[in-house]
Amino acid sequence: MNFESFREKIGYQPVLLGVFALLASGALALASSATGEAIAAAEAKDLRDSLSEVLPQGMADNDFLKDTVELEKNGNAVTIYRARKDGVVKAALFKVVERGYAADIQVLMAVDADGRTLGVRVLKHAETPGLGDKIEVKKDAWIKGFDGKSLGDPAPEKWAVKKDSGIFDQFAGATITPRAVVKAVKGGLEFFAAHKAEITG
Amino acid sequence: MSDNYGNIMKEGLWEQNVVFAQLLAMCPTMAVTTSGTNGLGMGLATTAVLVVSNILVSMIRHTVSSQVRIPVFVVLIATLVTVVDMAMNAWLHELYKVLGLFIALIVVNCAILGRAEAFAVKNGVGASAVDGLAMGLGFTGALTFIGLIREFLGSGTLFAQASNLLGPSFAFLEMKLPGYGGALLMILPPGGFAILGFLLAGKRVMERRLDERKAEKAQLAAA
Repeated sequence: MNFESFREKIGYQPVLLGVFALLASGALALASSATGEAIAAAEAKDLRDSLSEVLPQGMADNDFLKDTVELEKNGNAVTIYRARKDGVVKAALFKVVERGYAADIQVLMAVDADGRTLGVRVLKHAETPGLGDKIEVKKDAWIKGFDGKSLGDPAPEKWAVKKDSGIFDQFAGATITPRAVVKAVKGGLEFFAAHKAEITG
Repeated sequence: MSDNYGNIMKEGLWEQNVVFAQLLAMCPTMAVTTSGTNGLGMGLATTAVLVVSNILVSMIRHTVSSQVRIPVFVVLIATLVTVVDMAMNAWLHELYKVLGLFIALIVVNCAILGRAEAFAVKNGVGASAVDGLAMGLGFTGALTFIGLIREFLGSGTLFAQASNLLGPSFAFLEMKLPGYGGALLMILPPGGFAILGFLLAGKRVMERRLDERKAEKAQLAAA
């Protein structure tokens, strides 16, 4: 029996599919284990870079990546990195997550001891390229508009994009994305205010 | 099917262009052509996947029976894209941060399965690789072109943020039209459809003119 007719046999098809599924799983497992460490390292480096980006220079003299406290926010664990100077907590750095247009937007923010934002950066998002991705500091300075804002400044009802009669700009063609970021930052400040004692303690 | 590499290149770049002739891959075409840089990035990443997938499909074309070829190719392409995604995340992390959004989108690009079905499964490895390259470059060209038009009309810039994708030495590509706020519609989906429609119409007109001229010449020669 030649291969041509053997290939048409009913038994050949599932075996072929099975073999390819196995090969594919094998290739993925291999690739995952080969890249896992490098990806984790690259992401850790990203975290370190972005943590030092939201924190103004000279705010900390400790290794804030190691000085952490775990708190709970809406049932999820949040890691708070504490920047200290002479042993006193000067700022808290933590991640907040808000649902954006396409997927969750991860926002990293630094809050000083008085509850003012020192800096905000978007860590991870899947917003529309060219529209929603202006929340990245690389593409637009918009995210810097949060610097120095606190829960009392602007007033709580002004913590919104201009379309919702707030003070923050929305982007042409993308309102949901900046709205989500504004909500995330406001939520972060409220979270800090509610847990201030635990964080600075 | 032609084994002539020059012909394959011509087919991929113009005559059978993924976007302008086959009208495949409309999802990424509409989604990422909001700027020239995005189009270029998506096009290049797709080209890489297309070349490798065409080569692999061509290599296994005798083993795979026609009844189960589609699931086999789908598994193959999905695996390939995932591996490329992970490898770029690990070793080309800076580039991944720019292109990362696009990589996952390649899986849903029907042009890749289309070329596997229409070409690689019937042709040798060399020809399939060339076909993948030609189709990929044709796709890249189309995406970049549409992207540039939409970007120019929509936000008054050209190749904005190209240095994020290609490195700082390409910053000279970035241009901005001063004093033009841009027509937002062009960035939004309707603008994409409109531009694509005009380009398709333009290509038709151009081809008909060429045909007419050819026919005239043939008549003259006959007379």
